[in-house]
Amino acid sequence: MSHPALDHAAASEVFNRDEPRVNWHDETLWWVRQKRDRASVQLPEWEDLREAASRIKFHVLSHMDELLESFERKAQENGVTVHWAADAAEHNAIILSILRKHSVDKMVKSKSMLTEECHLNDFLSANGVEVIDTDLGERIVQLRKEPPSHIVLPAIHLKKSDVGETFHEHLGTEKGATDPQYLTEAARQHLREKFLTRRVALTGVNFAIAETGGFVVCTNEGNADMGAHLADVHIACMGFEKIIPKAEHLGVYLRLLARSATGQPITTYSSHFHKPRPGQEMHIVIVDNGRSTQLGREDFRNSLKCIRCGACMNTCPVYRRSGGHSYHNAVAGPIGSILAPNLDMRKNADLPFASTLCGSCSNVCPVKIDIHDQLYKWRQVLAKEGYVGGMKKASLSVAAKVLASPTLFRLSFNTARTALRIAPWAGNNPLNPWSKHRELPEAPKESFRQWWEKNRANP
Amino acid sequence: MNTMSSRDKILGAIRQNKPAAMPLPDQFTFRTEYPDLVAQFGQVLQSIGGRAEVVPDLEAVKIKVQEHFGDLSTIAVTVPGLESLATFSLAPVTDPHDLEHIELAIIPGQLGVAENAAIWISEKEMGHRVLPFITQHLALVIRAETLVANMHEAYQRIAPAATGFGTFLAGPSKTADIEQSLVVGAHGARSLIVYLIG
Repeated sequence: MSHPALDHAAASEVFNRDEPRVNWHDETLWWVRQKRDRASVQLPEWEDLREAASRIKFHVLSHMDELLESFERKAQENGVTVHWAADAAEHNAIILSILRKHSVDKMVKSKSMLTEECHLNDFLSANGVEVIDTDLGERIVQLRKEPPSHIVLPAIHLKKSDVGETFHEHLGTEKGATDPQYLTEAARQHLREKFLTRRVALTGVNFAIAETGGFVVCTNEGNADMGAHLADVHIACMGFEKIIPKAEHLGVYLRLLARSATGQPITTYSSHFHKPRPGQEMHIVIVDNGRSTQLGREDFRNSLKCIRCGACMNTCPVYRRSGGHSYHNAVAGPIGSILAPNLDMRKNADLPFASTLCGSCSNVCPVKIDIHDQLYKWRQVLAKEGYVGGMKKASLSVAAKVLASPTLFRLSFNTARTALRIAPWAGNNPLNPWSKHRELPEAPKESFRQWWEKNRANP
Repeated sequence: MNTMSSRDKILGAIRQNKPAAMPLPDQFTFRTEYPDLVAQFGQVLQSIGGRAEVVPDLEAVKIKVQEHFGDLSTIAVTVPGLESLATFSLAPVTDPHDLEHIELAIIPGQLGVAENAAIWISEKEMGHRVLPFITQHLALVIRAETLVANMHEAYQRIAPAATGFGTFLAGPSKTADIEQSLVVGAHGARSLIVYLIG
C-alpha cells in the first residue's frame, strides 16, 4: 500500500492553520471528556467495572476460537447465515455477492467502523451499488466526500455552518440555515425515504454473544433499527474480537460504553438481534483482516479488547489539536495509532509518534488497554523494522553518541550555548519543529560544570 | 467464493496465536442501592429527554393518553387492556412498511432499569419490530414493580434469546452530530412517555 498524502505531523500542520477552529475542536472534545468524567464518578463501582470488563476480554482473547465456533453454531441454529472473511477484499466480495443474489443495487448502512476499515463504500460504488450512510454524522461526511474524523462523532470536525452549506447543496435546505434542529429534521425526512425504499440494510456489531448466537447494536438515533427492521435482508459485519461469552456480560459493557463515549447512562437503543423476522434473511460476516496476526503479537494483542467508545480520542491532547483526518486511518486517535501499524507498518509508521505518551488514554479506557505503553512499544518495533524516517533516526543516533561520551557531550553543549548567545535565530527555524510556538531559552554564559570548577572544585 | 477455507484459516491462526487461557472474573455483577427506584428512574428519564408518569391503573393511562395525544389520529396499541385507544389495526399488517404513518405507538415493556431509564421490550410486546422506531411518538407502559436498580439485575430477569429480537430503549431518538447540539427526534420516536403503573 502507498504512503498517505501527508503524514500525521504534516496533516496536523494544515489543520492548525486555523487557530480559532482548532481551539474550538479542542474544547468541544474536552467537553465530551468532562461529560464522561461526570458519568463515571456517579458509579462507585466504576473501577471494578473496568477491571471486570478487562478481565472478561482477556478471557475472550484466550478462548477466541471456541467462542467464535459456539457463536457460529448458535447463530446458524437461529436461522442466520454466517460468513467468514480473511481480509477486507473477501469481506467486500461477500457483501457484493449477497446484494447480487437479490439483484439489489442500493442499500442503507448504519455505523460500522469495520466497513470503513475495509473501504466497503468505495468498493460497492465501483461495482455500481449506491450506499447511503444513515447515521447523521456519517451522512454529513458522506455528502461531503470525507471520511469520518471520529469513531463515535463522525462530523466532530465540522461546524453547523459547514453542515448547513452541505445540506443546502444536497438536501435543498435554505441557504445560510444553521439551526441544528432544522438541519436534523431535513436529514430525518431525507433518510426516512431511504429506510422505506431500501431492501438491504447493513449494520455494525457492538457485541456478539457466543452463548446465544445473538448480536447487539447500539445507536442513539435509531438508524440501525430503522434500516434492519424494514429491509428484506439484514447484513451485520463484525471484527471477530466483538465476541463476548454470555449475555449477562453485557451488563458490564453496556454500563461502560455510553458513559465512556459521551457521558450518557446508556445509548437510546441497545438492540439484541437473534433471529431474522419471518420472511427476512439475516447474514453475519465475521472478519479477520489482520486481527489474528495482532492476537499473536504479545505486546499489542490487548488492543483487540477495544469496544470503540472513543474516550481515548476525546481525552488525547494530540487528537484534540490535530483532528481525526490527520491520522489517515479509519480509526483515529490513540487506539487507531496502535491498531493501524498492524494493518500496514509502512503506511502507518508515523501514527505511534502522534502522542505525548501522557497516558491519559490508558486511564480513561473502559477495558483498561495499556494504550500509551503500546504506542511506545510500536515506536521501537517500527524503528527496528526500518520504518522510521531519516531525520528522526539520524538525530536520535547523533543524540545517542553524544550522550554516551562525556567529552562529546561537553564539547557540543559548549558549542550550542555559544551559538544560542551569538545567533539565537539559528535554532528558531523551520528545520527545528520544536521551535514552532516556542522560543529557545536564553543561554547562560557558562555551564554548571564550568561554574563548579571555578567556584567549588578549587576553593 | 472460498468461505469454508477462510473459516478454517482464521480459526487456525487464532488457535496458533491466542494467549494462554485466562479465567473469567468471579465478580462481574454489582449491586446498586437507590432509596426510591421510581424517583431515580423518572429523574434519569427526564435527563435523557423523556418523561415518566406514575398512574394507578390502565384506566388512568387511557385518560392520560387522551389528554396528551388527543390530536393524533393514527394510534397503534399492543398493550392488552388499552385496545380501545387504537385507531390503527395492526392485525392485518404483514409488511412493516405499512406502519409508515403511525403517529403514536403504545407498547408494554417487560421491565425498567433505574440507573439509565432503559426499558426492555421484546418483539413479542412490539408486535412488529419496527413499531417502536418508526412511530412518530412512543408511549411505553410498565409496572412500577418491575423496576430494577441496574443492568446486572436486568440481565438476570430478561431472556434476550427467548425471542428473535429485543431492545433496551432509553428515551426518545436523538443526535448531537451537528456541533454537539442535542436534537431530539433523529430517526426514531420524537418523544417518549413512560406510564408506570403502581
